[in-house]
Amino acid sequence: MRKVFVIILLILVGYFLTNTFSLITFGENRIGNTSEEKNVAAYYLNNTKEKTSVANVVTAIVVNYRGFDTLGEVTVLFLATTGLGSILFRRKEDEDQIERISKPSSSLVQTGSRILFPLIALLGIYVFIHGHLTPGGGFQGGAIIATGFLLMLISYKNFKAGHTMLIWVESLAGITFVTIGLWGLLTSGSFLENTLPGGELNNLISGGIIPIIYIAVGFKVAAELTGVLDILLNIKPKK
Amino acid sequence: MIVYVIIFSILSILLIASAIYAVVQKDLLIAVISTGVISLILSVFFYLMHAPDVALTEAAIGIALTTIIFVITIRNTTRNEDESIDNNLDKF
Repeated sequence: MRKVFVIILLILVGYFLTNTFSLITFGENRIGNTSEEKNVAAYYLNNTKEKTSVANVVTAIVVNYRGFDTLGEVTVLFLATTGLGSILFRRKEDEDQIERISKPSSSLVQTGSRILFPLIALLGIYVFIHGHLTPGGGFQGGAIIATGFLLMLISYKNFKAGHTMLIWVESLAGITFVTIGLWGLLTSGSFLENTLPGGELNNLISGGIIPIIYIAVGFKVAAELTGVLDILLNIKPKK
Repeated sequence: MIVYVIIFSILSILLIASAIYAVVQKDLLIAVISTGVISLILSVFFYLMHAPDVALTEAAIGIALTTIIFVITIRNTTRNEDESIDNNLDKF
């Protein structure tokens, strides 16, 4: 009986998906007439360079035009981390009973991850500092840094991510984001208004508040994901 | 252009094959690894379709973090799929 339901559901989903996607020609230019006034995509493509002086249009949309949505996304990640932390909660007095789940790794893995960790961290920092110039940004850079911490957490049993530091980094990054948004609200009447001077296109220091916000998002995401991995890897063993 | 079509079709077949393998496989560790392969192929797709931002996100989160979190979960629970759950559901 269950299998019949599954097959019917699959056929229905497949039918509607193919119906939807057959209307979209593969590889077609869907932006449309770029000279039209009401075309939103064309507006972004035409005006981003002059208005925000940011080379990467995706970053300009994510952080500046749709910055409020990004704040919501960061909040979702924060809530997920908080939920995980509250489920896998551990008390201060149990701290000595906690065991790292992974087995001690070989010296080959240890040396390799010790060499790789600074390089991965550097790549992550590069990705979110150059978020307004090259592809990538805060989320991607933060996730890359978290994978570096994961490598260290797996290979070294004594490596600690430092919970107080993680909490401080995350809180300060979140406060920076909201403060910049409120500053825009106070000075020019809209949340996350780009109040700083744009600077020259394609320079590292350009785009006003966009690089500052992306650096804050990068630190926040890195701290949150590292916290998740740290919680998952250090669990009190069953008696 | 023809090279693109060949690459796309090979990768699509691999994508669907690894997705089916992840569902069918009873050993959950292998299933998790094949979901990682899905993410890998997807990030190549995103890159080929001129969306490098999404490709970076998929590479960092889909391949590395999600796979590792699932592997940690499997370590804490069981490695093999529980057959009894499947049998209980069939009674409904």
